Amino acid sequence: MSARAQVPAVAEESGLPATLPAARPGSGRTGRGLAWCGRHRVALTLAFLLVFPWITPYQALAVNILVLGLYALGFNLLFGYTGLLSFGHAAFLGGGAYGCGIAIVQFGLHPALALVAGTLLATGIAAVMGVLAIRTRGIYFAMTTLALSMCVYYAFYRAEAFTGGENGLRGINVPSLALPGLRLDLLDPTVKYYAVLAVVGIAVWLFSRLLSSPFGAALEAIRENEGRAQACGYDVRRMKLVAFVISGALCGLAGALQAIHLSIVPIETMHYATSGQAVMMALLGGMGTFFGPFVGAATFALLQDGLATLTTHWQLFVGAIFIAFVLFLPLGIWGEVLARLRRAGW
Amino acid sequence: MSDITIGGFPLDLLALQLVTGIALGAIYVLVGIGLSLIFGLMNVVNFAHGAFFMAGAYVGVFLYGFTGSFWLSLVAAPLAMGLLGLVVERVLVRPLYGRGIDDPLLLTFGLSYVMIESVRIAFGLTGLPFGAPPELRGAVDIGIGYFPLYRLFLIGFALVVVGALWLFIERTPFGLVIRAGARDPQIVQVLGIEIAKVWLAVFALGCALAGLAGILAAPLQGVTPEMGIPVLAEAFVVTVVGGMGSLGGAVLAGLLVGIVVAMTSLVAPDMTKMAIFALMALVLLVRPRGLLGRAGALG
Repeated sequence: MSARAQVPAVAEESGLPATLPAARPGSGRTGRGLAWCGRHRVALTLAFLLVFPWITPYQALAVNILVLGLYALGFNLLFGYTGLLSFGHAAFLGGGAYGCGIAIVQFGLHPALALVAGTLLATGIAAVMGVLAIRTRGIYFAMTTLALSMCVYYAFYRAEAFTGGENGLRGINVPSLALPGLRLDLLDPTVKYYAVLAVVGIAVWLFSRLLSSPFGAALEAIRENEGRAQACGYDVRRMKLVAFVISGALCGLAGALQAIHLSIVPIETMHYATSGQAVMMALLGGMGTFFGPFVGAATFALLQDGLATLTTHWQLFVGAIFIAFVLFLPLGIWGEVLARLRRAGW
Repeated sequence: MSDITIGGFPLDLLALQLVTGIALGAIYVLVGIGLSLIFGLMNVVNFAHGAFFMAGAYVGVFLYGFTGSFWLSLVAAPLAMGLLGLVVERVLVRPLYGRGIDDPLLLTFGLSYVMIESVRIAFGLTGLPFGAPPELRGAVDIGIGYFPLYRLFLIGFALVVVGALWLFIERTPFGLVIRAGARDPQIVQVLGIEIAKVWLAVFALGCALAGLAGILAAPLQGVTPEMGIPVLAEAFVVTVVGGMGSLGGAVLAGLLVGIVVAMTSLVAPDMTKMAIFALMALVLLVRPRGLLGRAGALG
């Protein structure tokens, strides 16, 4: 499958008509409408996110969904596109959040630099975890990443002087953002949303470039058949590590944005449940789809928000809904929509 | 002898701590074996294993409140979890056979949410205190000092369970089917044995072992709805260190993890949790397939 999986991507880039057989079995031939959407996936995603705050219940939730969407997007690079199921991505979200928060609270850095600091810390954590985790394969990978992220959790829990330990890191106050020739009032939820969207937009664009590069095609080849990708001459181990680190960096950026958005980093950001949340969002939305993570993030956030007003035991329903998705809708919401459109010849 | 010291600690204290480590290890062994058994046969990682551990503890503690008999709880907890395991395998996991290897993992992950929240609804958010039963309280002199009787009981009981399990798998006809099924389920099916029934039984057995470990651990730490979450991570460490699907590996790694915890708590109490994961990182660097894992299992 590995050689074939690359072909459509190359054809797409060179503008050739997609007459080659589809990469994935059962997916059928991609119609003209979906192919057009695929080519303009960044523009379409951003267009949706631009109008999104006007269709959610309240705008603070919209910022949450945006940040969670980026988190799920980073996770999806590994799970959906490379086929590696990690249960440790909270370490990167938390690493980014703590890195950004500590840079602001302890060192008084400019928020833009703090975003970079948070992303770098998450990237570093991802590099160390990645080197260890990619030594295992398949199902072991999930277990190893979970255990390693618990280790990071305990380390941050103990480093109270920097992280605030059990109480979380408090006092990340960024009321306004001073940029050259511009002053943004972040207390206004609408301004905040579009400021965050500017950062997320750049990340989405970079992500799309990565996927359509030969490297992105090789990652999908690894997902389809690791052995054959190796036989084709790819350094599978190194590619997996690079994918792991990039995925960690994207999630770290999401964490850094979250720290500024919430002005606090609770220790739970690093907890196992947060790792599980990434898995849930990716699966609810549709793993291995470009727009799926945002659908998943919105679904999860709205579900949590809606259920929490009705019952304190919302996790019971979230768990049950997740089970139902695994059993009956494994493609996720967006994945199912795409599959149906494709079948209808779009 | 008692004035010999290693690293500033008297030898007696170190020896006692070693026995403590073995007692803690007994819990890890039981949890790890259950996980390893299910994986070895079915290629299913049970992410709800920690939740079964927790639910087993709750069932045991709840029954103890009614009957006052710890021995009854010791039977009822694994029995209840075994029955629950039967239902879960039959209704939820079985439809996923033949699909991706990640699917049962994701499903059991969702199941753990449902189980934890159900226990919160039934027993409250805060957890229940629980001590060793009266007949197992106190300490006995084991030659190197006084040692809590309950922990001694833990070691002995785990030894019996592991021994029985070994006999069951290595010396009974059904054990033979399990071993054959782990190697090649299709051939077993061709030979006229319904492999689905074997899977059902083994899944239930693994869950029962998790429940048993839960009620055995309850007197050490009390019970809370979240008690299974760290246990799940630690059980993963045990299986990664020992080598997945290897029962001997689970025993060895479980004891090793227990001893590492006990020794670290002596030297640097703050670092106990991290020491477990440092051990795993070390094994991954030096011997990624685990101490007793087969070469083919990972590479």
